[in-house]
Amino acid sequence: MRLELRDISKRFPGVLANDKISISADRGKVLGMLGENGAGKTTLMNILSGLYKPDSGQIFIDGEERVFNDPVGAIQAGVGMVHQHFMLVPVFDVVEAVALGAETVKDAVGTFDRAAARKRIVELSEQYKLDVDPDAKIQSLPVGVRQRVEIIKALYRHSDILVLDEPSAVLTPYETEELYTIIRSLAASGTTVIFITHKLNEVLEVADDIVVLRRGRVAGKADPKTATRQQLANMMVGRDVELIVPKGPAKPGEVVLHLEQVFVRDDRLEMAVNGVDLDVRAGEIVAIAGVQGNGQTELVEAITGLRSADSGSITIGGRHVEKSSPRGVSDLGVAHIPEDRGRDGLINPMTVAENYILDSYHKAPYSKNGVFDLKAVRERAAQGVKDFDIRTPSIDTTAGSLSGGNQQKVVVAREFSVPVQLVIAAQPTRGLDVGSIEYIHRRLVEQRDAGAAILIVSTELDEVLAVGDRIAVMFDGRIVGILTGDDATYENLGLLMGGASFGGGVAA
Amino acid sequence: MNRLKAFLRRAAVPALSVVTALLVGAIVIVLTDFEALAKIGSDPARALFWVETVNGKTVISGALGGVVNAYGAMLSGAFGDPGRIITALQTGKERDIATAIRPLTETLVATMPLIFTGLAVAISFRAGMFNIGGGGQLMIGALGATITAIMLAGQVPSPVILIAALTVATLAGGFWGFIPGFLKARTGAHEVITTIMLNYIAALVVFFALRSPTLRAAGSTSPVSKNLSPIVDVPNIINLPNIRLDYGFVVALLMAVAVSWLLFRTTKGFELRASGFNLTAARYAGMSAGGSMMLAMALSGALAGMGGGFMVIGTVGQLTLDLSGSIGFTAIALALLAGLRPSGVVMAALLFGALTNGGKLMGVQSGIPFDLLVFIMALVIMFVAAPGLIRSIWRVKVAKPAPEIAAVTPTGAPTV
Repeated sequence: MRLELRDISKRFPGVLANDKISISADRGKVLGMLGENGAGKTTLMNILSGLYKPDSGQIFIDGEERVFNDPVGAIQAGVGMVHQHFMLVPVFDVVEAVALGAETVKDAVGTFDRAAARKRIVELSEQYKLDVDPDAKIQSLPVGVRQRVEIIKALYRHSDILVLDEPSAVLTPYETEELYTIIRSLAASGTTVIFITHKLNEVLEVADDIVVLRRGRVAGKADPKTATRQQLANMMVGRDVELIVPKGPAKPGEVVLHLEQVFVRDDRLEMAVNGVDLDVRAGEIVAIAGVQGNGQTELVEAITGLRSADSGSITIGGRHVEKSSPRGVSDLGVAHIPEDRGRDGLINPMTVAENYILDSYHKAPYSKNGVFDLKAVRERAAQGVKDFDIRTPSIDTTAGSLSGGNQQKVVVAREFSVPVQLVIAAQPTRGLDVGSIEYIHRRLVEQRDAGAAILIVSTELDEVLAVGDRIAVMFDGRIVGILTGDDATYENLGLLMGGASFGGGVAA
Repeated sequence: MNRLKAFLRRAAVPALSVVTALLVGAIVIVLTDFEALAKIGSDPARALFWVETVNGKTVISGALGGVVNAYGAMLSGAFGDPGRIITALQTGKERDIATAIRPLTETLVATMPLIFTGLAVAISFRAGMFNIGGGGQLMIGALGATITAIMLAGQVPSPVILIAALTVATLAGGFWGFIPGFLKARTGAHEVITTIMLNYIAALVVFFALRSPTLRAAGSTSPVSKNLSPIVDVPNIINLPNIRLDYGFVVALLMAVAVSWLLFRTTKGFELRASGFNLTAARYAGMSAGGSMMLAMALSGALAGMGGGFMVIGTVGQLTLDLSGSIGFTAIALALLAGLRPSGVVMAALLFGALTNGGKLMGVQSGIPFDLLVFIMALVIMFVAAPGLIRSIWRVKVAKPAPEIAAVTPTGAPTV
């Protein structure tokens, strides 16, 4: 079905989330909707799915105006939504989870007709190549499969217009490829797909048309056949951005971080890091690439003192840190940007100022003899907010109310507020938009040029290729190859991440 | 101005919760006055609200009149009669003044231990430790003070006994709080379970101790200690007959200032709050999670123990098995009502102290049982726990994020 949104506006207290947005998508086409966090994508889709009512504007489906009073109305009109966070009952099996709320009954008592539901789910999964075991429990399924269940759920309700909100955020690169295949087959059979994302590659890969939103307005439309990543990024941010932060060649100096035959166990006491050898020198950025769950997290925790290594030697600036506490490591001049800023890096209910001093609160100038010098705290925090361009109403705002990009800037500002010899950055730009990614990368390169050794752990190939001077690929707890210069390509990285050995790389 | 605004925004829900609870209490009074309501058909005025003069006295009756009587009695029980206080002050007769201000001072006497235990709960909750053991820590503190006073009686000057008894009370309570903190930090034992169990153990320890003839009141068969006031007594603020209000209340206020300073101005307090909000992030920041747990619980126990000490050598004057009563649990309620802020604890303790003390006179004068106050206090807590309900009843605007914040919320849509 053809979908058209005309002049949709929606105002929330203090912010115009959607300002006369008009978009349209033809039957059987994929519309890629691109925009930074806060551009109004989600608001627009919530209007389309009946969660919000627009202040003004109209929705047309096949030329006929429709008004949705609630999500049920939208579903009846054929609009299906796959949310970023899945809405499935974990203890249900696939048939139950899909049929929930749209159960077919087989008698007057209302007994659930499981066989009929199961039959239809099997049909749908065959028709659209959505490979799912209808009898598996949701909680036993990997996220990629859960997403397929969500898509089946929408199709089960006869959705002809399918909205996917940031569908790749939780997927591995391989699962993302599978998702593209599914989207193409859905479109081929006549479903209209709206694909919301802030990742440039994805819209170029899978969309038939691209619309870019910025600050609640349509910033422009583009044709994926001719548009470039750079054009789309500039349109999204509203200025010229650098997708790859410019940096000169690395000038490696002394070895700062030295790992020798490091073995680390995970929480289940299984060996997660299986003998890693790696050197990171002053003035270079070493990026560890790899699919999530190949021991990167445990390795970082061992280096930063949060987890003790099973065996092996870890030195920072020549000092052994195998037995050090997190504070002991941090006192050596090690900045740690943790993997999950909301859980590990910030205390959301505390203020920006308090988070800014979170790991140096016990030192001068913030405190003396255990008592805070509030003036110094406020001055320094205000300076950090200014230096790192943190967009916050004040330093007394809670960290949790900031956007993801600004939260990460608080973490980075804090970690770089003291002189560092080593930076450990785990997934430093996860979930951030183009503008923030550029900013964080720029800061990391600055630290490198100032002589720090930088270790970045990332699952994003674009990121490791953009900032890494050397790229170490981790697979199954080992460094399976180190790529530099011309060897560092998507193809070689992909092979190594999948476990193949690479002839040109030198296993260090 | 901004500070005032911030205060009003914070205080709106608790204050309206109290008002709502009192209104619900009023409805209950009306609906349970069956004698009056029975007359609703024949004489609606008498059934609802009737004022008459009997033997020169104004008498209010009827179901609504019952509310006026009950709450009126509660108010004068809690704060005294202003007219009478002024008259007494004008005549200057000690006995009259004492009688007139006694309701007010008794409210402060009831408030004192609530401030101590409320602060104890606030400090532990701030650190993410759910100390349910305030009552037990108070009892152990009181026991420590009692033993110290009786042991030192007649051997050293009474100011020394005073200091010693309070020190021992604080240390003993602190130790009793430290135990669950230590168990949690070292073994992961949940503090809710251990503190509840330690409440029972504390009660039994006191019971055993009071079997000793050294401690027990001479000639008494029930487990109560000797009267401690001849040995040691916290000095009174006002020296009038029958007035018990002593400097324990002042120390309680000072402790509120101290706890506030500790939590918000010191690095230890920062560690406690950080660990309480997010243990993982605190660990990443290099803080010792176990250390914060033990410190918070020890401080919490110390405050409760100090409160117990001030009770036995001050306002109550002896150790009894029911000394702590329901203070430990009331403290949890009032600390939550206070939003875990020390200044809020003082205000909430005053409120609960006034309700408790005023409720006694209400029970005597109006025939509405004291239990109604327990009912009202429970409602206050329920309403505080359901701020959405209070906001919708009173049409208070939902606190909206500043536009700058709304514009940067990750989803692009402010949460509604």
